[in-house]
Amino acid sequence: MSSHISQQFNTDLESVRNKVMTMGGLVETHVQNACLALIEGDAVLAERIVENDFKVNAMEVSIDEQCTNIIARRQPTAGDLRLVMMIVKTITDLERIGDEAEKVARMAKELAEVGGASSTFPEIRHLGDHVRKILHDALDAFARMDLEAAIVTAAEDQRIDHEYESMVRQLITKMTEDPRCIKRSISVLWAARALERIGDHSKNICEYVIYLVKGKDVRHTTAEQLRKELPEKK
Amino acid sequence: MDTTNNSHLQTHSIDPSKLSFGTRNTRLEDEEICLQVKNLQLFYGAKRALNDVNMVIPRKRVTAFIGPSGCGKSTLLRCFNRMNDLVDGVRIEGEITLDNENINDRNVDISALRRRVGMVFQRPNPFPKTIYENVAYGLRLQGINKRHILDERVEWALKSAALWDEVSNRLHDNALGLSGGQQQRLVIARAVAIKPEVLLLDEPASALDPISTLKIEELIYELKSDYTIVIVTHNMQQAARVSDYTAFMYMGDMIEFGATDKLFTNPEKKQTEDYITGRYG
Repeated sequence: MSSHISQQFNTDLESVRNKVMTMGGLVETHVQNACLALIEGDAVLAERIVENDFKVNAMEVSIDEQCTNIIARRQPTAGDLRLVMMIVKTITDLERIGDEAEKVARMAKELAEVGGASSTFPEIRHLGDHVRKILHDALDAFARMDLEAAIVTAAEDQRIDHEYESMVRQLITKMTEDPRCIKRSISVLWAARALERIGDHSKNICEYVIYLVKGKDVRHTTAEQLRKELPEKK
Repeated sequence: MDTTNNSHLQTHSIDPSKLSFGTRNTRLEDEEICLQVKNLQLFYGAKRALNDVNMVIPRKRVTAFIGPSGCGKSTLLRCFNRMNDLVDGVRIEGEITLDNENINDRNVDISALRRRVGMVFQRPNPFPKTIYENVAYGLRLQGINKRHILDERVEWALKSAALWDEVSNRLHDNALGLSGGQQQRLVIARAVAIKPEVLLLDEPASALDPISTLKIEELIYELKSDYTIVIVTHNMQQAARVSDYTAFMYMGDMIEFGATDKLFTNPEKKQTEDYITGRYG
C-alpha cells in the first residue's frame, strides 16, 4: 500500500504491526516449547514457559495502548481502521494462545514424572505439530496480508477439531480399559484440549486477516462459506 | 468445538447486513429520492468542471460531498439552487430534477426554486440588521408582514437553529455583535425560516471553533428530520460524523457515492481509500 502523506502515521502503523509480529513470534516459541516439554516430559522447560507467560501479557497491554493512541490521534479510516481493529482483536487471541501454551506446560510438568505424554499417548505429538503449523501459517498470512493463505489456514482448523475429537474417544477407551491410567489420561486430555483451542484462536486470526484484506466479516460462517471468499483463479 | 457449532450456524446462518444496530438507514435503494442528477456536465468557459455526474440525493437524509479543493463539490452543490447562473460563462448540460421537475427548465422561477432550496455559506453572512430582522427578512420578501406571524416564525426558526436560548432577550440587537458560531446558526435560522425543502451547506463550520462546530453538527442532525441536507466539507471526520451518505469527488468526477459507514470503513475504489486515509494517490 502506498505511503501516508503523514510520515509519522506510517511509522506508527508500521511500529504497531511489527510489535504484533514480535508478539506472534514469542507466542509461537511458547507453543513450540510447550509441545516439546509435553512430549519429552521436560519439567524444567515447562516451568520456564509458565514463568515467561507474563511477557506475552505485557505485550498485549502495550500494543493495546498503542492502538488506542493511534485511534485518538489519527482517527484512522478504511484500510487503516481495519488494520487497527484487527490488531486489537488479534492480540487478544495471541494472549489467549499464550495462556493455552501455559496450560500445556502445566500438564507437561505433571506428566514429566511418568516420562512425558508420549509414553501415555504418543498421538499427541501429531496434534501438537498440526496446531503449531496452523498458528505459524496464520501469523504468516497476517505478515503478508495473504487472503488466500488465511482462507486455507482457517479451513484447516476443522481438521484439528476432528483430530481432537478422535483423541477424546481414544482416551475414553483407554481409561475404561485401564482405570490406573485415568489420572495421566486426564492430564493428556487437558493438554489436547488446550492445543485444540490454540487451533481455534489461530483460525480467528485468519478471519481477521480476511476482514483486513477484503473488508468482510467472516466470523461465524462455515468452511464452505469461507471458501467462497477465495479469489477467482485466472 | 467448531464442528458442532458450524452445523448449527448453517441452519441459522447470520447475515450481518440484516442486523441493524445503528440508527442510520443506509440502503440507498430504500430511500425516497429528493434530487436526481443525470449526466451532468458543467463548463466554466472552455474548462470542464463536472464530468458526467450521476447521483441521487435522498430525502430527509444528510449527504456529504468530500474531495480535494477544485474537485467540483461546491460547483455541484451550487447547481442545486442554480447559484452558478450568477457566474459568467457557465454552461450546463444534463439534467437535475427536484421532485421530478427539471430545475434548469426555462419556466422555472428561480426565486421560487431558491425558496425551496436554501443555502448557507462558509463564512456567516448576516445582514447588518437586528437578529430579529435577519430571520424575518425572507418572510417579509414573501409578503408576510403581520407582526404576530413574524414573531412566531422568528421564534420557531431560532429554536430550530438552536439559537433561541442565547438570543431571546436581545432580539433587537445588531446581528453583527454575535460570535461567529452564533452568526452561522443565525444564518441557518434565516434559511430555515422560509421552510425550504432542501438545505445546502457549503463548509458551514470551517470558520468556527470546535465547540461551535459540534453545535452546528448537532443542529444538522436535528434538522434532517424535516429537511434534505447536502453538505460540502473539507473535514472528513465531520462528513463521517454527520452524514448518512457520502460522495467522493475528484477532478470533476464522482468517484464513489454510497453509505457513509461503508465508504469510511471499506470503500470500493482505491482513489477513495487513498484520499480518506491520507495517502499519496
